[in-house]
Amino acid sequence: MEFQLPMTGFVALYVFMLAGFAGWVIIGRVPAILHTPLMSGSNFVHGIVVVGGVFALLNAGTTLERAIGFFAVLLGAGNAAGGYAVTKRMLAMFTTSASPIHPPKKARKSPGPAKAAAAKKD
Amino acid sequence: MFTALPPFLIIATDLVAAFLFLYGLKRMASPVTASSGISFAGVGMLAAVLVSFLYVFGVDEAARPHLAVNIGLALLALVVGGGSAWWSGKKVAMTAMPQMVALYNGMGGGAAAGIAAVEVFGGKVRGSTDLSVTLVGALIGAVSLSGSLVAWAKLDGVITKPLQIRGQQIFNGLIVLATLAVGGYLVVAARGGAALSTAMPGWIWIFLGGALLFGILMSLPIGGADMPVLISVYNACTGLAVGLEGFVLKNPALMIAGMVVGAAGLLLTQLMAKAMNRSIGKVLFSHFGPAPKHKQGAIVGSLKPVDAGDAGIFMRYAHSVIIVPGYGLAVAQGQQKLYEFVKLLQAAGVGVKFAVHPVAGRMPGQMDVLLAEAEVPYDLIFQLDDINPEFEHTDVVLVIGANDVVNPAARTDKASPIFGMPILDVDKAKKIYVVKRGEGKGYAGIVNTLFYAENCQMVYGDAQVVLTKMIAAVRGLGAGGAAKSRKAA
Repeated sequence: MEFQLPMTGFVALYVFMLAGFAGWVIIGRVPAILHTPLMSGSNFVHGIVVVGGVFALLNAGTTLERAIGFFAVLLGAGNAAGGYAVTKRMLAMFTTSASPIHPPKKARKSPGPAKAAAAKKD
Repeated sequence: MFTALPPFLIIATDLVAAFLFLYGLKRMASPVTASSGISFAGVGMLAAVLVSFLYVFGVDEAARPHLAVNIGLALLALVVGGGSAWWSGKKVAMTAMPQMVALYNGMGGGAAAGIAAVEVFGGKVRGSTDLSVTLVGALIGAVSLSGSLVAWAKLDGVITKPLQIRGQQIFNGLIVLATLAVGGYLVVAARGGAALSTAMPGWIWIFLGGALLFGILMSLPIGGADMPVLISVYNACTGLAVGLEGFVLKNPALMIAGMVVGAAGLLLTQLMAKAMNRSIGKVLFSHFGPAPKHKQGAIVGSLKPVDAGDAGIFMRYAHSVIIVPGYGLAVAQGQQKLYEFVKLLQAAGVGVKFAVHPVAGRMPGQMDVLLAEAEVPYDLIFQLDDINPEFEHTDVVLVIGANDVVNPAARTDKASPIFGMPILDVDKAKKIYVVKRGEGKGYAGIVNTLFYAENCQMVYGDAQVVLTKMIAAVRGLGAGGAAKSRKAA
């Protein structure tokens, strides 16, 4: 088995087309309120470039390749780790009136607001 | 068997990672599931990075003698790059999120360009198609790197003024054409049998340098209000560059992740541009002039200042209040105080909602995050289209730190540079209070006709100070009522 999948131009175009379409549809359903975490989250996802960086660096034969490869991994790792850290932090802050940190409103609503809210959001 | 196992593990893990990325992003469709979604994606990323070290079982002949060094360098780069970014990401203030995202994004673009450079300098790219794709990916990635760094510097206040020179568009265009021409020359030369890495490394450097230069030149003239669009564009660019390098490395996980992000960036860019009523092309290639020289429509009325305490008490006795927060609120760090005030109003039985404009903040949705940070529940936060019909039935609108996004001139004054931009129709409410530091103009430098309207009053002062006064005034008079309803709750 080869390390690199045999991939001709047209197979690549199929992958690109389907991935682009899937991305468009999935992202289109993200509400505006989450657009900042979405942007940093998708930013995190393209941090997968670090894997390509590791591949390039491991296969580096000359000092120049090694130097550039090192920076590619350095930057890619920063992209992935930083993107994850900020996205996770932001998403942890989004809460409803029904969640435990907002007791006053919970008490006024009819019983089971958490369930109702969760059901509506799904 | 032993030789077949590492490639199988890598390819299978990458497949799982690609699935987890898509599934994680899909879970972002609701704030309820979003946090777990990013965890799924994180697991995929971690697994993909770990198995990527299995590539050691299949390295090129040329790299064999250096394998130990290369592994050490890779580990070092992962720990240093990942560790420092993780640390900065944990520490950064929510108001500084746009520049942080720009920075991480630029790093991704730089990594993609770096991979392309290693492949080209190492002479590993076979065939004209692969070489062209590598170079295009390198171009986009390098533009994203240098452009994002300039965007970061601007958002962080290192560069304060948009730099605009006469004939800049033509000059930028020439740089792009020259860079593309060098790229084309490289492809043609490689087709003719030249070994690029040994015969013409200078041209490869010129190509990369041209791309970096263009990224800088493209970002420099773009100013404040257009920054969200610029960040979205670079996000899409990095995604595209990653996808293209994924094709070169024959790694479908990179291709899928890159393309999905490319599509996401494009979609967000479109949404942003629509919210500002400016085409993407206009944002990138023609800019708000240094000072708008258009004729301002005649202003009727006068500015009517009011005391913060009085405004607070008026809202306490209103039936419904909508709050329009803008970036000025974040600058004054007033989100916590604002929600404290809102809780007082809610305790007194006032219906309170937040109305957020898509371009409130320096990146899409930033104001929503800042409100979430202040523990405002997201079911109180409404977006432009959902809340606009409600303004005419609303007693009081409190505008804090927002300006251009509530300027009715966007609806009425054809000469205004923001004419046609979707705005929050706050002028239709019965009463409007605008909290503002002084009589200055907004980001676009346009006079806001709302401030002169009959039903609008100005509360001058720093947002945090004003809110503190409002809280004190409402507490002072409503002590009995407010306390009772809170006890009941």
